[in-house]
Amino acid sequence: MEFSTDQPPEKLKRHTLAILVDNSPGVLARVTTLISGRGFNIDSLSVAETMDPEVSVITLIITGNPRIISQIIKQLRKLINVIRVTDLSGTDYVERQLIMVRVKAESDGARAEITRLCDIFRAKIIDVSLKSYTLEITGGMDKIKAALNLLKSFGVEEQVSTGLTAMARSHPAAPPDGAARGRRLDPKNADG
Amino acid sequence: MTKMNGARILIECWKKEGVEVVFGYPGAATVEIHHALAESSLRFVLTRHEQAAVHAAEGYARSTGRPGVVLVTSGPGATNTITGLAGANMDSVPVLVFTGQVARMLIGNDAFQEVDIVGVSRPVTKHNYLVLSTHDLASTVKEAFYVATSGRPGAVLVDLPKDVIGGTAEFQYPKKISLKAYRPHLTPHPRQVSRAAALLAQAERPLIYAGGGIVSSGASEELVRLSELLNIPVTTTLMGLGGFPGTHPLFLGMLGMHGLYRANMAVQRADLILAAGARFDDRVTGALGRFAPEAAIVHIDVDTTSIHKILDVDVPLVADARQALLAILMALGEAPDYPKKAREKWLSQIEAWNREEPLRYKKDGPLIQPQAVVEEIYRATRGKAVIVTEVGQHQMWAAQHYLYERPRQFISSGGLGVMGFGLPACLGVQVARPEALVIDIAGDGSILMNIQELATVAQEGLPVKVAILNNQALGMVRQWQELFYGGRYAQTILSPSPDFVKLAEAFGIRGFLAEKPAEVEETVRLALAHEGPAVMDFRVDPAALVYPMVPAGKAIDEMMLSPRS
Repeated sequence: MEFSTDQPPEKLKRHTLAILVDNSPGVLARVTTLISGRGFNIDSLSVAETMDPEVSVITLIITGNPRIISQIIKQLRKLINVIRVTDLSGTDYVERQLIMVRVKAESDGARAEITRLCDIFRAKIIDVSLKSYTLEITGGMDKIKAALNLLKSFGVEEQVSTGLTAMARSHPAAPPDGAARGRRLDPKNADG
Repeated sequence: MTKMNGARILIECWKKEGVEVVFGYPGAATVEIHHALAESSLRFVLTRHEQAAVHAAEGYARSTGRPGVVLVTSGPGATNTITGLAGANMDSVPVLVFTGQVARMLIGNDAFQEVDIVGVSRPVTKHNYLVLSTHDLASTVKEAFYVATSGRPGAVLVDLPKDVIGGTAEFQYPKKISLKAYRPHLTPHPRQVSRAAALLAQAERPLIYAGGGIVSSGASEELVRLSELLNIPVTTTLMGLGGFPGTHPLFLGMLGMHGLYRANMAVQRADLILAAGARFDDRVTGALGRFAPEAAIVHIDVDTTSIHKILDVDVPLVADARQALLAILMALGEAPDYPKKAREKWLSQIEAWNREEPLRYKKDGPLIQPQAVVEEIYRATRGKAVIVTEVGQHQMWAAQHYLYERPRQFISSGGLGVMGFGLPACLGVQVARPEALVIDIAGDGSILMNIQELATVAQEGLPVKVAILNNQALGMVRQWQELFYGGRYAQTILSPSPDFVKLAEAFGIRGFLAEKPAEVEETVRLALAHEGPAVMDFRVDPAALVYPMVPAGKAIDEMMLSPRS
């Protein structure tokens, strides 16, 4: 494929896509096979129902150059079950991820220090043993990275994480239905 | 409302969609549908392989524009349709494949003849469905036909569990389809239309590059009008052949890897290219960085994803090709101003290229030249036959040496390049158009990939003609071996060739053999005069190559040309 090789690698950028889809079997597979079929890796993924139980939102993070990302968005839009694709990157949006991490906490000092860190990061201790604490941390990618960096020094025994989920910020000029401000990719936009 | 079983509902739906014929192959999972079919007014054509059923349906669809319908059983019946689905989808052909499936409670149990065909076919279809309730059957079928035939047409698969077929429901064919997001974009953006029209009127060396979208949107008439209005020459892709009359003075022939010299040269020197219903396939562009270096590009495509996919264009027009051309014609008015002198100069430059390098091949010698066979078929049919091809050298010769006057007169597997496509597609065309003279121009490699369809041809009494350009080799691959791999003919020799005359006779079909140039005319005459189906075996010069040829990685004006004798 010509488009996969003729872009310099330094143009790679992380994109957060919010994909509204029909809530029906096989739709997630359609979205993911479309991406894997073009040889791209999904960095993060989360799926859940929206207010309308017939509609789900897939938040998907993918890295690529602008031509590939725009091709993927157009291809996604072409899927019969995809209602809307919004590229949140480059727009004003909030993102959150939930991570659970078990850290070693044996000495009194360690236990106190971890509790203090929990305060700072607004994390919760959700499980306790004599040798460890399990923390729940919620936040954007940067905050979670920072917290994990600090916790590393205590010794991380295990960690699991959800995918990132994201939402455009509401805006004074936004239409009353709160539609996303992101670049909505539709044929009309592609026209112009 | 009447209650009926799933099998009857399916057939009622087909009738509502105007289906007249179904191609397929029965099995345990679909036997009830076949019983209902036998009691209905619909015609069923029993091919001898499920892959052939899809190609036959493609032939039906490609020659009429109406959707082709296929019915096969679960498991192997379903997996055998994959090549056909992929080819139809790539060439934007509306084909619907209905597959049997094991009963719902057995799905996922590795049951006998079970396969997750919705999963398997996902990347090669426009869309697909697993019907989980008899109540949903009618609305799903309606939606499937709509998706297959609208926007950029394509292949759709509908998977039918045995108990959904056996179950009963009230039958009511829905009047409307409720698709949340699928809305094909057919009308062009007015601003882009006026930009396109202005560029077309200003350009000094314009060229129209027309593809299969012209044929599928029925835009041939508009294309001719636009070309004549502004005196713009037209080249087409393989899929676009017939979309512009082959004998028209503004027609340059096909472009691309085996395009005509004048067509490829024109692309490289044009200052404006209007790509209409074409998608800049790699077989057309050659080295992308050096494609049409002097041209501004206007691109009409109904598929948003085709725009800016391969190269950046100056004026994108997401629209149905016919509607876009109509809008451009409207914007231009009846007698637009354009640089008439510059265009005359441009056309005489193209004419000079053609004098310099016309389509040519070696005409003397003791062996039959394959190009001469195509030209004889053209002469004998007065250019009026529907030509179907397989894939390989013979396909390119059929594209170059037969001039197609009408859309849907040339039927070929383009994007996927499916060997074995021709014979079953040919029988599908003949089913759709019983009065037409339908000829499969084949190679000796491709024809063997679905040769069993001679049995279908015999059973249905279809008067198709098959012309095998028999060079006892996989000629196109061997051509690459000869030109680019130092003559290392690994695994491309198909010798000895079967006796195709006897093979045809074994199926109850007349066979004709031509071994010398002097026998070509008589063989074609006899086969065409014969009332029923006929197979012609032309033993052609194995050294014949397809020229011009653009080697991989070269710009399309860097052609290898037929050596001068």
